[in-house]
Amino acid sequence: MTVTLSAEPFVRWSWVAGHLHDIRIHFVEHIELTVIAVAIGLVISLPLAVYSHRHRRAYPPVTFVTGLMYTVPSLALFAFLVPFTGLTTTTAEIGLVSYTLLILIRNVVAGLAGVPEDVKDAARGMGYTDRQLLWRVELPLAAPVIVAGIRIATVTTIGLVTVTALIGKGGLGYFILKGYRESFPTSTLIGGVLSVLLATLVDALLLFAQRVLTPWARASRVRAFA
Amino acid sequence: MISLQSVSKQFPGSKGAAVEDLSMEIAEGETVVLVGPSGCGKTTTMRMINRLIEPTSGTIVVDGRDVMKQDPVRLRRGIGYVIQSIGLMPHRTVAQNIATVPKLEGWDDERIRTRTEELVGIFDLDPELLGRYPGELSGGQRQRVGVARALAVDPPVMLMDEPFAAVDPIVRARLQDQFLDIQDRLKKTIVFVTHDIDEAIKMADRIAILNKGGVIEQYAPPEEILREPANDFVKEFVGVERGLKRLALVAVSDIQIEDGPVVAPSAGTDEAKQAMERFGFDWVSVVDDGELQGWVDRASLDGARSVADAKPRPFGAYVTASSSLREALDSIVTSRTQVAVVVSEGQRYLGVLSLERISKEITS
Repeated sequence: MTVTLSAEPFVRWSWVAGHLHDIRIHFVEHIELTVIAVAIGLVISLPLAVYSHRHRRAYPPVTFVTGLMYTVPSLALFAFLVPFTGLTTTTAEIGLVSYTLLILIRNVVAGLAGVPEDVKDAARGMGYTDRQLLWRVELPLAAPVIVAGIRIATVTTIGLVTVTALIGKGGLGYFILKGYRESFPTSTLIGGVLSVLLATLVDALLLFAQRVLTPWARASRVRAFA
Repeated sequence: MISLQSVSKQFPGSKGAAVEDLSMEIAEGETVVLVGPSGCGKTTTMRMINRLIEPTSGTIVVDGRDVMKQDPVRLRRGIGYVIQSIGLMPHRTVAQNIATVPKLEGWDDERIRTRTEELVGIFDLDPELLGRYPGELSGGQRQRVGVARALAVDPPVMLMDEPFAAVDPIVRARLQDQFLDIQDRLKKTIVFVTHDIDEAIKMADRIAILNKGGVIEQYAPPEEILREPANDFVKEFVGVERGLKRLALVAVSDIQIEDGPVVAPSAGTDEAKQAMERFGFDWVSVVDDGELQGWVDRASLDGARSVADAKPRPFGAYVTASSSLREALDSIVTSRTQVAVVVSEGQRYLGVLSLERISKEITS
């Protein structure tokens, strides 16, 4: 005997068709929240990572603090922030940014550490200033590892954005929460599936961008013998 | 051109100075090779010249100016720098690598392109390589690009730290020869660091043999170091085959060669035999109006009417005035006649060189 609790289908396509405008707005909001979080994360992480790379003693405290932030449950963090910053984008971004820091800093430091010593020595010997060395040699050579960090941070953030639905933001998380509250699986599914699609797409785009920006990374794997 | 005056370097936290109270003068256009066992401070000494390492005390003067009174970045752009692993920028093409210092100096694209083409010609590089990344080059190609890059703004001074050590011996010899050739034309002032005494002998106008703490045990031209090693340390460092190594540095034109027995093709057999007897040889060179035709021996003269009739045979090997005594020795030991025949251009006969003559040169 089959028990049907309601006539509600798994996906009600008519609802989807009627809410395309709504879906688009939240999709765009999702992208905005993510881009802002990763961008601010990078702006904070780059100088901290460069400083940690130059001054090895600064690295443990930096990873300790950002590591601590990484371990705080997101729900608890938002609950803690709301009394101070309210149900705002600021609250959402503070949380989202804080989760990108550990990933980004670790990857930038690892990328800088991987720049060959002889290349730096030759560059200094040819008269690069420290600043030119950083921007023209170290960061470009660290780029593949840095972009790998950006990919992880971005994908993590896209997932985490859905949680900010609890404070009235959330992008596609809005549909997930709505579906849960109203026992309406179509909404949850739309939110969840689109979020996964977005993460996959952005990850692929970033990988593609890295390949285009670092053509030498593949060239050096093909060694010539002449 | 470069003057080191009582230069010392004490690295923090290490006991004993890496370099202590070192003084030396390097003349303009001269290649000076710093050579010594590891830990002798040769690389430290070189790196103090462009201030990649700051001396603890003492004065270094390059081209009349105290390096400590100059901006290190400006100083380095005016000094060519090549290291063992070359350190080409993996993210830049060969052309961009060569253009590194010109770009830092703000040259316009046209000037950079002209200079790059010029360097490609000097170093005999395949222009197709210009668009490739260093990762796509062979070891020898990378070394040449590295040296070309160091020469891009035509600096008067070059610092080279084991520039040819990372390639196999055959490629190394070729790179050394090519560099000697280029240096012959460019006349740079070069400080060259190596641990390989044979490379030092080959490349140097003068060699400084360093001991621990940057102590100069001997500072002299290679030939003098081989002829008169200053002490046991130098003798041991130079190693065995000192005489053979020296032969490579002395040209045939540097020593007195012997006339040797000579006859014209038209000469009679008696005249040929007399010529042999005069020198105690059993063969004679056949020279027609100055040009070497070959040789005939006593046996082939039997029954012949003239020297030409005895069918002179060509020599298996010759040496020229610019050949080294080492090449002459090789010619002697591999020839049936036991002497090296010396000719100038156009096969003009100059004389012969015997083993005794060479041996006298080494022991003198």
